[in-house]
Amino acid sequence: MAITQLSMFLNNQPGQLISAVGAISGAGANIRAMSIAEANDFGILRTIVSEPDRIYGLLKDQFLIARNQVLAARMDDRSGALHAILTVLNEANVNIEYMYAFTGTGPEEAYVVFRVNDLESAEQMLNAAGIATLTDQSLKL
Amino acid sequence: MKRYYQPEIETASREKILEIQNEKIVRQVRHVWDNVPYYRHLMEEKGVAPEDIRSVEDIHKLPFLSKADLREAYPYGLLGTDLKNCVRIQSTSGTTGRRVVAFYTQADIDLWEDCCARAIVAAGGTNEDVVQVCYGYGLFTGGPGLNGGSHKVGCLTLPMSSGNTERQIQFMMDLGSTILCCTPSYAAYIGESLAERGFKPEDNKLKAGIFGAEPWTEEMRREIEKSLGIRAYDIYGLTETSGPGVAFECEEQQGMHINEDHFYVEVIDPETGEVLPEGSRGELVFTSLDKEAFPLLRYRTRDICVLSRKPCSCGRTHIRMSKPMGRSDDMLIIRGVNVFPSQIETVLLNEGYTPNYQIMLDRERHNDTFDIYVEVSPDQFSDLMSQIQRMEKSLEAALRTMLGIGPKVHLVAPKTITRSEGKAVRVVDRRKLHD
Repeated sequence: MAITQLSMFLNNQPGQLISAVGAISGAGANIRAMSIAEANDFGILRTIVSEPDRIYGLLKDQFLIARNQVLAARMDDRSGALHAILTVLNEANVNIEYMYAFTGTGPEEAYVVFRVNDLESAEQMLNAAGIATLTDQSLKL
Repeated sequence: MKRYYQPEIETASREKILEIQNEKIVRQVRHVWDNVPYYRHLMEEKGVAPEDIRSVEDIHKLPFLSKADLREAYPYGLLGTDLKNCVRIQSTSGTTGRRVVAFYTQADIDLWEDCCARAIVAAGGTNEDVVQVCYGYGLFTGGPGLNGGSHKVGCLTLPMSSGNTERQIQFMMDLGSTILCCTPSYAAYIGESLAERGFKPEDNKLKAGIFGAEPWTEEMRREIEKSLGIRAYDIYGLTETSGPGVAFECEEQQGMHINEDHFYVEVIDPETGEVLPEGSRGELVFTSLDKEAFPLLRYRTRDICVLSRKPCSCGRTHIRMSKPMGRSDDMLIIRGVNVFPSQIETVLLNEGYTPNYQIMLDRERHNDTFDIYVEVSPDQFSDLMSQIQRMEKSLEAALRTMLGIGPKVHLVAPKTITRSEGKAVRVVDRRKLHD
C-alpha cells in the first residue's frame, strides 16, 4: 500500500534543481507532486513521479536518491477536509514528519502526502474513517 | 631594567656556547645510548657509537627521530630515565595514534621554565609585572610553560587558562595585567573584545605579549600591537623538545633566539636529510642537549625555517630562527591545534562515510574557521532532513573528539568535491591569502 516517493539530495547551489528535474523529464516521467526541504548546505527534493521504480533505477548512479513509501490521503477540496484527516491521525497518535499536497486529475480532488512514523496503522485508521489512500497503482501515474 | 634572565649564557661568546654544547652533547649521547634502547638501536643500525660523537660537529652522524618514531615508541620507548625520577608529563592534542607524551624530571622542568623566563625577560618582564597566562593549562605545554617561566622571573602570575573572554578582560582590567601570554589569534580576539566594550588601547596596563603555538604574520603582529597598545613577541617550541621557550623573540623582533645551551639546531633538506648551511630554507631539527627524561636527538620538527647567525642588537648571541614558513608534512595548525588530514579520514571511515572530503580553512576576525565538506554516500541518505542533520551533528562530535577542535561539517552530494587532475583537493587553506 501507500505510494513511492523519490527523494534527491541536492547541494544548495544554482543549477542543482534544474539538473534533477531535467533528469526526471529526460527519462520521460511526469512529476505529480514535489516539495523541497532546505538546510544550510543542501536540500532534499521529494517527488512523486510516474514509474518511480524505473526512474529510481535510471537516476541512482547519477544522483544521491532514496526511495521510500509515503501516505497519500484523498482530500476533498473544501474547508475542514485536512482537519478531518489530521484528527484521525492525531487520535491514532501518529507523528507526522513532513507533508505536502497535490491536486488529482478529477474535479475537486486533492491529495495530501504524509511521511509518518507508523505508515501501516495510519493508513488503516484513515481507511477505517472512510478516507481513501492512494497506491502506486491507483494513482495511475 | 634587567635585559636578560641569564645574561652569562644568553650573551655568551660563540666559543663559549660551542664549549657548552660540545661538553653536553658527549654526555647526552652517552646518556641516551645507556638508557634509551630504541635510539641505541637506531644508532647501531647506522653504525654510530657514542665514541663517534666528540662534539656538535659530529651530530650529523646521528640518526634522525621523527613523529613516526615517537608513535612507535609510545609511551615509554624514548624515556631516558626511571619513571621514579620523573615528576610530570605533558602531551600534544591529537589522537591516540598521533599523541606525544613527553616526560620531565624536575631538572627538565627547571630548564624549560628557565627558557620561558628568558622569553618573558626579553619581552621586558621583571618581578614587578603581572603576567596573564591564557594559554591552556593541563596537558598542553603552553600554560604550564609560561606559568613556570613567570614564577622564575618573580612576576605575579594569573593562571587564567584559555577561554572565558569576559573573565579574562575583567582580571586584565582589575588587576592591571602588564604581560599577556596566549595564542596570537586569541590576543587579537581579546583586542577586539576590548574595543567592543568601549576600551581604548591606552585603557589597559599591558605593555607586551608573548604569543605562540600557531603561525602568525607580521600584519597580525601590527594589528595586535595596535589594538592592545603593546609590543607582541613570538615564542616557539614543541612538546617533543619541552614546550614553548625553545626559541623566543627579543626587542628586535627579527627572528627568535634559540636557546642553544639546551637545544642544538640544524636545518636539513627534508628530502635528503642533508644538513644545509646557515641561511638556507629547510626543516628544523632539534637535539636536546641536557634533558633527562625525554632526551630526543635530532628530532625532525617538520617546520620549515631559516636560521641566522647575524649579530643581534639586543646583545643575545644565540642563533635566530625565522617564523616557521610552512610544513614539510601535511600537518595543519588550526587554532593552535595540530591536525593531520589522516585523522579526519579515520573518523569519516569509522562513521561510515567515504573518504571524500575537503578541509576549508579561513580566517574571520583573526580566528581560524574550520569547515569540512563531506560527501554523503547512498546508504546514508534518506528522505528525512532530521536524520541527515543528526548524522551531521554526530560526525561533528566524532571529529571534535578525535581532533580536540570542533570543525563545522557540511554534507554535500557525491562527486561534488573539487578534483584537480582526478585527485581530490583535500585542503584549501585560504588563511594565507589574508596574510
